Amino acid sequence: MELHDVWFVLIAVLWTGYFFLEGFDFGVGILTRLLARDRPEKRVLINTIGPVWDGNEVWLLTAGGATFAAFPEWYATLFSGFYLPLLLILICLIIRGVAFEYRVKRPEERWQRNWETAIFWTSLLPAFLWGVAFGNIVRGVKIDRELEYVGTVGDLLNPYALLGGLVTLSLFTFHGTVFVGLKTVGEIRERARGLALRVGLVTAVLALLFLLWTQVENGDGASLVAVAVAVASLVTALAAARAGREGWAFTLSGLTIVAVVAMLFLTLFPNVMPSTLNPDWSLTVTNASSSAYTLKIMTWLAVVATPVVLLYQGWTYWVFRKRIGTQHIAPDAHAAPQAAH
Amino acid sequence: MELALAPETLARWQFGITTVYHFLFVPLTISLAALTAGLQTAWVRTEKEKYLRATKFWGKLFLINIAMGVVTGIVQEFQFGMNWSDYSRFVGDVFGAPLAFEALIAFFFESTFIGLWIFGWDKLPKRIHLACIWMVSIGTLLSAYFILAANSWMQHPVGYRINEEKGRAELTDFWAVLSQNTTLNQVFHSFSAAFLTGGAFMVGIAAFHLMRKKHIPVMRTSLRLGLVTLAVGGLFTAISGDTLGKVMYEQQPMKMAAAEALWDGEKPAPFSVFAYGDVDKGHNKVALEIPGLLSFLAHSDFESYVPGINDTNEALQEQFGPGDYKPIVPVAYWGFRWMIGFGMASFSLGLLGLWLTRKKFLLPAAHRTGEEEVPHLVLLKKPLGAKLTRWYWLLALWTMGFPLIANSWGWIFTEMGRQPWVVYGVLQTRDAVSPGVSTAEVLTSMIAFTTLYAVLAVIEVKLLVKYVKAGPPELTEADLNPPTKIGGDLRDADKPMAFSY
Repeated sequence: MELHDVWFVLIAVLWTGYFFLEGFDFGVGILTRLLARDRPEKRVLINTIGPVWDGNEVWLLTAGGATFAAFPEWYATLFSGFYLPLLLILICLIIRGVAFEYRVKRPEERWQRNWETAIFWTSLLPAFLWGVAFGNIVRGVKIDRELEYVGTVGDLLNPYALLGGLVTLSLFTFHGTVFVGLKTVGEIRERARGLALRVGLVTAVLALLFLLWTQVENGDGASLVAVAVAVASLVTALAAARAGREGWAFTLSGLTIVAVVAMLFLTLFPNVMPSTLNPDWSLTVTNASSSAYTLKIMTWLAVVATPVVLLYQGWTYWVFRKRIGTQHIAPDAHAAPQAAH
Repeated sequence: MELALAPETLARWQFGITTVYHFLFVPLTISLAALTAGLQTAWVRTEKEKYLRATKFWGKLFLINIAMGVVTGIVQEFQFGMNWSDYSRFVGDVFGAPLAFEALIAFFFESTFIGLWIFGWDKLPKRIHLACIWMVSIGTLLSAYFILAANSWMQHPVGYRINEEKGRAELTDFWAVLSQNTTLNQVFHSFSAAFLTGGAFMVGIAAFHLMRKKHIPVMRTSLRLGLVTLAVGGLFTAISGDTLGKVMYEQQPMKMAAAEALWDGEKPAPFSVFAYGDVDKGHNKVALEIPGLLSFLAHSDFESYVPGINDTNEALQEQFGPGDYKPIVPVAYWGFRWMIGFGMASFSLGLLGLWLTRKKFLLPAAHRTGEEEVPHLVLLKKPLGAKLTRWYWLLALWTMGFPLIANSWGWIFTEMGRQPWVVYGVLQTRDAVSPGVSTAEVLTSMIAFTTLYAVLAVIEVKLLVKYVKAGPPELTEADLNPPTKIGGDLRDADKPMAFSY
């Protein structure tokens, strides 16, 4: 296994980490409309991810930076090619970050409601758009001899990629629902269980369609295993959610995400962005990657830094392990600056 | 018109707008993280309540600010790929590595520990909670270091070779990129400017409250801390600016010649105080100069030769072939002056304040003040009158944004002074843009970001003003009795969280 193959795996790992972690916090953002009955419940939801969403999002920045360093051609073609969808994602992430931080900084109801609306939409749109983006990456896009994307925005909105978007959207919502089941107490926890079943069923249908479609078009033996794992874990996650085994439900919905991302990267390899115009113009792990020296340095970085990151990020989840409910959120105390921290 | 709407022009504008905007928040984040950490350390060590109240007050402003720094930073990570794909292809092998280091080492650090700090007041023992804000501070410094190493490579590329076959630059010595003198000097200069910025911010806000005789104990402490930070930061900014300037004279003579609007080389060279140039004719119409000073700034003696714009342009033409290697001279010239002028004006105000508010040194005992009193501003032996005192406070308040102006012009100067190069001597800016991205697309994103940033600026400033005016919070029982166990004390399972979104 050469270094550029190692880096293909590592990029897959970074995206997996991103979708696993920000997956549930996108889901929680979406649930502020689907699950919460009143504003205190909305706050409970937002606070389940309060201390961690920012760290979760860094997985994306790291995936971006690592792609730049390890596969400059991939980074260049992908982000200049998928220009407008990426722009929309960036705008969402900007507003979303500010929304979490600023929502409680004023007591006015209108102010808070506006930010709540923002949290819903800026969680929903990226959750959908990332699926569209990865659908297109796997399916291949119009890339010319110069490795430039020459398609249009319309080309990116094909049925396969749109289905991919629905899969990530529903899968992240499901993941968020079981996360809420794991992190809350009281009535909202019960309702999360009920919703998990419904969202989970929709997810299962969409994911099965998408994965089979991918398997038929580009799959091989290994990707078939990933499909099997994805479907099995999703179904088991549903059963666990139904039985009230919340820890298991969350682990398994996470495993589903891992398996889906693995499936996509398995069908992609050794390409990183196939060209639909001419297979010779595809970006591959060889023609898109950095020099051996850069990859070596990057590998050292990954080997040393990643375990440390996992350790302290994991520790954060342990510190905030307590379940929360409406009783843990002081009504207005934090809206007024005098009592704010 | 065609040029004005060329993707290159638009992409440059967009980079300028988003980066200058991002950098409004960065220096404040760097300095306020460290200052808040310092105040919290004082609280943990002395248990004086004023330090905790100060920590909460400045910490709040820090959080409002860092939120903007973080989200506008996301754009920076992807903008190279979006608008500058040929740049990314050409330099990714070298330039990508420090960005990846920044993300994996610094960003995770900052964002994980900031979550722990915000929500950790009732979840973490005092000392561990304190350690978290220090971790954030280290994260901000590491982040700045890596991105400045990347930028320094654009200013002065080292540790690479050109791979003709692949048509790109490839890294050969990463350590050289991280440790070259451009990097070290830029880091030194940016860090000190960051503390100058945070110091001025603290002084301005403390002055606002002291003028109105409010929150005196907390604001007295903050004023003192701010003034010392401002003075030390200012001093180091000046020193590092001088050494960075000398490095630039070696590495980018054109940038420095443009900074002085020195059209033709001179020996000894004068420092220009004011000039009005005629760019087409290649000389200044009006010039006000201090003899010999430029020679000193460039080479530490008053006699030596400093090459001018015209000479350097010819030298570069010989080296790189026909073309115009001049940046926009008035931008470089005035950018340089505004950077120094606004930065040093703040520094002077800090020095003055430090002297006026001295506690014991050469201060008659009668004018010393207690914890609960607004400090007298003593020029020589007698305190300033009410009117002059008020003027000092007002001046401190009005000029707290000066370092932000200086920082912005510093970056505009250093980036525009490097033109037409994006990587000096290696790649020109016009060859760096994304060939596949249309004018309409760049225009869309530029308008989108600019509009969004403008709206967020209004929201952010209003919030800052609100929290500045509110002053330091009263402490609660919970504040004074932090938990002793990680995860919080579990006696009362239904106790509300100390902080929630």
